[in-house]
Amino acid sequence: MIKIVKRDQPSRAIFFFTPVLAIFLTLVAGGLIFFILGFKPFEALKFFFIIPIADKYGFSELLLKATPLCLIAIGLSFCFKSNNWNIGAEGQLTFGAIVSGGVALLFYEQEGFYILPIVILAGAIGGMLYASIPAILKTYFNTNEILVSLMLVYVSKLILDYLVVGPWSNPEGFNFPETRQFSDSAKLPLLFEGLRIHAGIFLALAAVVISWFVFYKTYLGFQMKVAGFSLKTAKYAGYKGKKMIILVFLISGACAGLAGVGEITGPIGQLHREISPDYGFTAIIVAFLGRLHPVGIIFASLVVAITYLGAETAQIFMQIPKYTGQVFQGMILFFLLASDYLLFFKIKFIGSKK
Amino acid sequence: MIIDINFIGLIIASIMASAVPLILASCGELITERSGVLNLGVEGMMIIGAISGFALMTVTGSLIIAIFGAMLAGVLISTIFAFLTQTLITNHVATGLALTIFGIGISAMIGKNFVGIPGKEFPVFFEGLKDTIPLLGPILFGHSIVFYFAFALPFITSYFLKKTKIGLIVRAVGDSPESASNQGINVRLVRYACILYGGAMSGLAGAYLSMIYTPQWIENMTGGRGWIALALVVFSTWNPIKILIGAMIFGGLTIIQFHMQAIGVRIPVQFLTALPYIVTIIVLVVISRDSRKIRLSTPSSLGKSFHKDN
Repeated sequence: MIKIVKRDQPSRAIFFFTPVLAIFLTLVAGGLIFFILGFKPFEALKFFFIIPIADKYGFSELLLKATPLCLIAIGLSFCFKSNNWNIGAEGQLTFGAIVSGGVALLFYEQEGFYILPIVILAGAIGGMLYASIPAILKTYFNTNEILVSLMLVYVSKLILDYLVVGPWSNPEGFNFPETRQFSDSAKLPLLFEGLRIHAGIFLALAAVVISWFVFYKTYLGFQMKVAGFSLKTAKYAGYKGKKMIILVFLISGACAGLAGVGEITGPIGQLHREISPDYGFTAIIVAFLGRLHPVGIIFASLVVAITYLGAETAQIFMQIPKYTGQVFQGMILFFLLASDYLLFFKIKFIGSKK
Repeated sequence: MIIDINFIGLIIASIMASAVPLILASCGELITERSGVLNLGVEGMMIIGAISGFALMTVTGSLIIAIFGAMLAGVLISTIFAFLTQTLITNHVATGLALTIFGIGISAMIGKNFVGIPGKEFPVFFEGLKDTIPLLGPILFGHSIVFYFAFALPFITSYFLKKTKIGLIVRAVGDSPESASNQGINVRLVRYACILYGGAMSGLAGAYLSMIYTPQWIENMTGGRGWIALALVVFSTWNPIKILIGAMIFGGLTIIQFHMQAIGVRIPVQFLTALPYIVTIIVLVVISRDSRKIRLSTPSSLGKSFHKDN
């Protein structure tokens, strides 16, 4: 007989074990889906998860995709820890890219060491500005941040579309929806010859270190965690709710904006219509899979980045649409949430004897 | 300039047609939320409905199978959400997001073989009566069964919640699951039913898009309508009749945008397309500003998990 018992305390070991379990279950379910579609499950999973990262180039691509995911997820972990549901990171990424791209275009055909820092800063500010909209509306007008931040995603993509088709489009670009190429001084340097991985990865790593420090070594981080557990307790502890909400949104906006900077000043070096394959949404999954912990998020971003690469490989070799990546991402989150049940409940196998 | 009165009628009818998916999905989600469950997966359930309806129509050739199949698909996908949030007590927001991401992925996967296939003509009622009454003719006649159902649904929903015993139970579960449970109501069962019903309505909304409104399958064809439907529920302060008003406003914004482009208004097309989203935000701000009113009308246990210790 099976009996379900509530745990006195959430289990810490299981807290870090369930993400692994979730990934395993996703692989099983994914294999099953491939089987239904008429592929050999193991071969398909190999195409999806191993072949894409089997060589140096593939590994560089993995880091390239993991960088924005990690950066955004770190920012989101500030929001989610304090119970603020910013799900519009995709919009903050886009707006950050627009602002930094605009600044980069101002320095068109100019060189100088000071250009790149300004461009990066502009992206962070752009992301912060855009994230401040749902934050301010939430704090002062009591407006649901989930819906506002999401609506702003659509708006930001339309602004970008307008700019690259209209006023910012490359005058010599034969009406392609893209801007001029940024000058070399406005681009993040590539790390290795022939690979696309660029210095943006250091921004992500810096975010990891800083967030770890803030979460575990400062009073502010403590306040955030308390606020996440219980708003009432936090109020007794004298925490300023409104300030906190705005602060966490600004942090996550800055991170998303920086991810946007990385996307346009990295290998691409210009603004165009589709700068992000929904990194902002996928990063939500990364944040959860990483347990809102900086180190966990690093691993999670690598795992989820594979789904992007795998989807591309599977599209080429197996003619499976690239949206399969999203199926895997959705499943990871489903399984993760489901296995969290084990955090709070124990499943006991009881023998038949009385 | 003389404006043909029937032309105005046609514009109103087209606004109503674009409001249909919003009304269906919002009314479904309203019931779900009234039972205390926040399902952010509307967009995902809708797109699943859209591809299921279109695929079944193409494969079986039967419109009835397609429509009911799309609703069933909505029910099936929302069962995942119901099982996770009700049985495994997961966070509503995160689960709903997963549902949307998963739904968009799965729909594109299934839809791969249906891109570019032309849709079928969907039968409309009273086509011949369109010209009999000026202005009202095009508004009242010549629409599909789903269209008429959508405009009846807010009234049915309102009646259901206010006047029927089951409606009362749904509200009780949403406002105070503890006391409802003490009264012997199976909270989990009620919530399961409300979630599945919401799934069916979102599925129908999606099928309307892919089978009637723009009869074809395009990846991501719901284009955020699921999210606007969620916003409409807040806009309505959980009152089904107000969903009708909200959906007409948003339908109007979509249609006006086409007409403004047609008569050559010199506003960039992207700004017109962004209008419904911007207006949604403004409307949300105006509605939510009065925090007391929101608190009074929001189902008290919305988004909170309920677990009965046994």
